[in-house]
Amino acid sequence: MNIIKLFISKEFRQFLRDPKMFVVVLIAPVIQLIFLGYAANRDLNFVNTAVYDMDKSGKSRELIRDLEGSGFFKIENIANNYNEVESDLDNAKVLCGIVIPDDFEKKLLSKRTADIQIIFDGSDGNKASIASGYIANILESFSKDVSIAIVDRSGIKISFTGNVTPETRVWYNPNLTTRNFMLPSIVGLILIIITINLTSLAIVKEREVGTLEQLIVTPIRPYQMIIGKLVPFSIMGFVAIILVLSVMRFWFGIEVKGSLGFLFLSSFFFMLSTLGLGLFVSTISRTQQQAMITSAFLVIMPMIFLSGFSFPIESMPQAIQYITYLVPLRYFIIIIRGIVLKGLGFADLWQEVAVLFMMGVFIMLISSLRFKKNLE
Amino acid sequence: MNNAVIIKNISKKFGEVTALDNVSFNIRKNTIFGLVGPDGAGKTTLIRIMCSLLKADNGEIEFTGMNIKKGSRKIKNEIGYLSQKFSLYTDLTVDENIQFIADIHGVTDFNNRRDELLQFTRLKDFRNFQAGKLSGGMKQKLALACTLIYRPKIIFLDEPTTGVDPVSRREFWIILSGLLKDDITIFISTPYMDEAERFNYIVMMNNGHIISEGTPDEIKKALNMSVVEVVCSPVRDAYNILRKIEQADVQMFGDRLNIVFKGMGADETGIESILTENNITVTDIRKKIPSLENVFIELMKSKDT
Repeated sequence: MNIIKLFISKEFRQFLRDPKMFVVVLIAPVIQLIFLGYAANRDLNFVNTAVYDMDKSGKSRELIRDLEGSGFFKIENIANNYNEVESDLDNAKVLCGIVIPDDFEKKLLSKRTADIQIIFDGSDGNKASIASGYIANILESFSKDVSIAIVDRSGIKISFTGNVTPETRVWYNPNLTTRNFMLPSIVGLILIIITINLTSLAIVKEREVGTLEQLIVTPIRPYQMIIGKLVPFSIMGFVAIILVLSVMRFWFGIEVKGSLGFLFLSSFFFMLSTLGLGLFVSTISRTQQQAMITSAFLVIMPMIFLSGFSFPIESMPQAIQYITYLVPLRYFIIIIRGIVLKGLGFADLWQEVAVLFMMGVFIMLISSLRFKKNLE
Repeated sequence: MNNAVIIKNISKKFGEVTALDNVSFNIRKNTIFGLVGPDGAGKTTLIRIMCSLLKADNGEIEFTGMNIKKGSRKIKNEIGYLSQKFSLYTDLTVDENIQFIADIHGVTDFNNRRDELLQFTRLKDFRNFQAGKLSGGMKQKLALACTLIYRPKIIFLDEPTTGVDPVSRREFWIILSGLLKDDITIFISTPYMDEAERFNYIVMMNNGHIISEGTPDEIKKALNMSVVEVVCSPVRDAYNILRKIEQADVQMFGDRLNIVFKGMGADETGIESILTENNITVTDIRKKIPSLENVFIELMKSKDT
């Protein structure tokens, strides 16, 4: 016990003397959080639109007015010909081009179906599909108005049959801002970097310098070395969590709805697996560069891609979805989003927490055995 | 028992390469014991096996008279190990490095001993320096001080003077000889033959084999040879001419040649006349006591043939 305490205090002393570590643990998380807070914005506030109105009729102008009035569309350009619309799309000046044919009003008034052409820049599929949703809504109510007007004018009194209108309410993230969804997961990413990357680097550094070999000759036991090395990094992990949560609360106004204690407990379970992975990386790397590359490309990046952090797991191919079950970050992101955004507790998340805990113990066990074997 | 360590039939292979082949010898207590040989002789491998950093394929190592039960962790408090690169925490100070090692070994009242060691190694003025900022020689002395803080019975030093300047080297040797009075056995490996003259006992190794052992004098005598040293020019021509002499062997050292005769019949006048006959200017010629380097080269040659 004493030896472990000694080891930990040695680690902290070294940590305090290394300005690089200070930056990585205390400054980088905040910067990352703030950047991501602004950059991770997939919300579509308005759609830049070019309109080529060949009809120039009352009805076509009415439609354009409706589009603008919706607040979702900003008419960037009233085009004079088709080519203009095309070039606006090519230059990414607009996301959407609308062409109203010259028989638009005529067809509507003669009770025929009028077509309009809508062209999207599909290079960002997400935005295009949101925009097309907006348009579909506007066109639907526009056509409804047109039919009502025609019926009214015909003087026939008919009552419309019942109609289903969805009244949508969005829970947990009422403004549907991506930021609220993304930021809590940053806690997971920061923990990964501190616990996988820094841990493996610190251990490999001792091997590179030769102090690890020196330690083997001393009476210190492998488990004391492991605990002495890992505890400081988990403490740094907790410091980073507190930092990230504070910035989230006071800068972006995202409050933790659930229990902080539960959040810390599950973070600890998550860290069991990431510290274990860090330890594992250290056993397969001879130099710090190797540890850096192995942890970044072989562990951290696949983990982030397969965690549902940025790409929804539901839309991955089935085979890949199975792989994601092996990624600890997947469970942690569900837990942290649940706690921060929905205020969920153990009763709702116990399955994820249990899986995380078991994974942590398993990974830690395997890595420790490997580390111990490596020493001998 | 007068032996600190008994090494029995140690063998170690790395893949196809045999690093140590059935090596056996005893390390006598309270001596400076030298393991001498060129790079690749197996010195580091042997030291690492003795410090249980490596497992031998075969053989046994027995630490005697040290109160150590077999396989006990106590052995780690009784031995010290200085690796080739002085493994210190570069971002800890001199004091902190020593304290850390003391703490791990469960030494609690280390303050006096630390002052003593810092005095002894002349590092006192640098005690608050971070180890990374010290010079090579100072790092080496600090590493030694770290090892000595827990008073081990035997210390293993792996090429401690490689890459250290001559002044620090001399100082280091003085420090080491001073340790003997503390009842410490010192085991040193080195590739430098001139350094080997200082050892009480030497094991010479090449390619994983012991090629000779004994005190420096014993080793030289065992070969029963005599040496004539010639400084002459052009030295290369002289070398080619003298090589033809049947009963002697020629070794070249820069501007001088050593002609090694089997037995005591070194004949410097004969050699001088051969050289002058062949228009070679002889600056200096004299008999000398064979050095360990002469011996080593001879031994390697006889192994080859």
